[in-house]
Amino acid sequence: MLGRTLREVSTALKQGHITPTELCQKCLSLIKKTKFLNAYITVSEEVALKQAEESEKRYKKGHSLGDLDGIPVAVKDNFSTSSIETTCASNMLKGYVPPYNATVVQKLLDKGAVLMGKTNLDEFAMGSGSTDGVFGPVKNPWSYSKQYREKRKQKAHGENEDSNWLITGGSSGGSAAAVAAFTCFAALGSDTGGSTRNPAAHCGVVGFKPSYGLVSRHGLIPLVNSMDVPGILTRCVDDAAIVLGMLAGHDPKDSTTIQDPVKPFTLPTSADVNKLCIGIPKEYLAPELSSEVRSFWSKAANLFESEGAKVIEVSLPHTSYSIVCYHVLCTSEVASNMARFDGLEYGHRCDINVSTEAMYAATRREGFNDVVRGRILSGNFFLLKENYENYFIKAQKVRRLIANDFVNVFNSGVDVLLTPTTLSEAVPYLEFIKEDNRTRSAQDDIFTQAVNMAGENLTSAIPEPHAKEPEQLHVTSFSYLPMTNELAGIIETFVVT
Amino acid sequence: MSSLLSAPSALREDALRRLKREMWARAVKLGLRSWVGWRRGFTSKADPQRSGRVTAEVIEHLERLALVDFGSLEAVARLEKAIAFADRLRAVDTDGVEPMESVLEDRCLYLRSDNVVEGNCAEELLQNAHRVVEEYFVAPPGNISLPKQDEQEPFSHI
Repeated sequence: MLGRTLREVSTALKQGHITPTELCQKCLSLIKKTKFLNAYITVSEEVALKQAEESEKRYKKGHSLGDLDGIPVAVKDNFSTSSIETTCASNMLKGYVPPYNATVVQKLLDKGAVLMGKTNLDEFAMGSGSTDGVFGPVKNPWSYSKQYREKRKQKAHGENEDSNWLITGGSSGGSAAAVAAFTCFAALGSDTGGSTRNPAAHCGVVGFKPSYGLVSRHGLIPLVNSMDVPGILTRCVDDAAIVLGMLAGHDPKDSTTIQDPVKPFTLPTSADVNKLCIGIPKEYLAPELSSEVRSFWSKAANLFESEGAKVIEVSLPHTSYSIVCYHVLCTSEVASNMARFDGLEYGHRCDINVSTEAMYAATRREGFNDVVRGRILSGNFFLLKENYENYFIKAQKVRRLIANDFVNVFNSGVDVLLTPTTLSEAVPYLEFIKEDNRTRSAQDDIFTQAVNMAGENLTSAIPEPHAKEPEQLHVTSFSYLPMTNELAGIIETFVVT
Repeated sequence: MSSLLSAPSALREDALRRLKREMWARAVKLGLRSWVGWRRGFTSKADPQRSGRVTAEVIEHLERLALVDFGSLEAVARLEKAIAFADRLRAVDTDGVEPMESVLEDRCLYLRSDNVVEGNCAEELLQNAHRVVEEYFVAPPGNISLPKQDEQEPFSHI
C-alpha cells in the first residue's frame, strides 16, 4: 500500500479498502523503521493521528475533501508550521515555533492532507547535499538497495556496511528521502537553484519546480526572494500534477504570486508527443557529465523521437555564466534575508548584554554555521558600494541575458527542453565532503539554477523508468542508481493544451 | 554619572572610552573573545596563496556590516575564491543590457485595499522572544559600536 501512487491510495481510501488512520499508522511505523535515514527532523505523530481521525470521519460521512484527503505528506523544515517546531536545520531557529502556517501548508491541510512531519535539509536550504544541517546529514534510501549493496560488496570486502552511504542531494534531501522511502506520498521542498530537483534526481523521485509566481511563498523562510519557489516531490508525475493543482494560485499574502486565474487540470492518460518539439541545449553537454547520465539523456531523446516528437539541438549561449551569476545574486539576496536573525524577536539569543551590536554579533555567530556565514559575507562583499556595480548589477544584467536565451529558444518553436538534472548519480557522503559547500553547490547546481533565474519555465526532474513507468523504456542495470532528466516546460505544455 | 556630565569634554571623552573598554572586556569574557581573537593571527601571517583582495580593512568592514565574523583564515580564503569565481562575469558583454530584478517585471504587483484584516496577536508573537517585558521586546543598550581592531585591550589581564 505504501508503495502506491497518491492517486491509487486516494482511490483506496475512497473505496474503503484502507482507513486514513491505518494508513497514517503504517507510515508512522515506517518512519520509525527508517529513522537511520535521518529524513525527518520532527515527526508530528499526535498531530498526524488527529488529522487522520478527522479525515476518517469525513470519509465515513461521504464528505471527503478530495484527492488529498487522508494522504500522508511531509513538509521541508523551512516552511512555517503552526505549533510545530520549524528549525531550517539551524541553531538559529532551534526551538522556534511559528504562530502560523505557510500558505502551501495551509492549502494541503485544508484539503485534508495528514502532516507526518518536518523533513531535514541543509542549513537554511544552502547546499546541494543535505549534509550541512545541524541535525546531521540525510542518507539516500538507495544506499540500502539490493543493487547498490551488491555492487559495493564486489568492490570492497570487510568494509563497514554503512560507511559508504550515498547522499540524497539537496537541499530538500529529507523530503526526497521521505518520499523515496515510502513514508509519505508527497512532500514539499523548496527550489532556489535546484534544491528540489537535485535530491529528486538522486533519490529517484519526481521533483517539480513551479514557475516563479505560480505558488505562494508566504511562510517559506526566504533564501533568495527573486528565485525561491516551493517545490513538490512525489513518486510519479501524475501525483505532482494533483498536488500542483491544490497549491497553485494567487495568494494575497504573497504579492509576487501572479493574479491570473489557475484552471484545474488533469494530465492526459496517454501522452501524444507527435506535435511536440523538444530542444536539447548543446551547452549542457558538459565535460564533467558522467557517461551514464549522458547515455540516459540520449536514450530519453531517442525515445521521444521514436514516438514522433521532433528533437532538435538548441543553444543557450550564456549557460557557462549562469552558475556564476546565480552565485552572486544568491549570496547578495541571502545577505539581506539573513539580516533578520538577530535574536531579538525570535530564534536563538546569546547571553551578551553589553550592546545590541555585540548581542547580534554573538547570536549570529552561535546560530549560523560556516556555510551560512560564508554566504552572508560574500553577499555583503558584492553589495559594498565599490563592488555593487561590478558584481551585483552586472549579475542582474547577465541574468537578463540568460532569461532571454530561454525566451528566444521557446519563441523559436521549441515546446520543451530536455536536459540532465545532475552531472552524475548520487555520490557517497565520504566523497561529497571532500570539497566545501560552495564548490559543491557550484558543481551540482550547474544544470538546475539557470531555470530559477529565468523563472518562467516549469521544470521537472523525472526519473528514468527505474521505478515504475512502464511500457516504453526498458532500463538495463548498468546503472543501479536513479538518474533523471529535466523536462523544462513539459507540464506547461499539458496545462496549456 | 552627573559628575561625568559636568566634567570638561576631554575628561568626559576619556571616561567614555574607559567605559567602552570595560564593557567590551566584559563582553569578551562572556564569549566574544574568539570573535576578535582570530584576527590577531591575521595580519601576522602572509598566505602566499591568497590574492590579497580581501584586506584587513575589508574584513573588518564586512564583519561590522554583516555582524557575522569570518572566524578563521579558511573563511577568508573561501571568500577570496568566491570573489575569483564571481570575477568570471567580467567576460560577458552587457553593454546596453538592463539589469533584471525580477522575472515578473512585466506585471504589476498585487496591491490590496488599505483595510485592517488581521492583527491583535501580540501575545502569540511575544512568545517566541527570549526577553520580554510586558509587551516589549527587550534589547541591550544601542549606539555602542563594536570596537575597532586597534581599540581592543590585550587579553592578558583578564
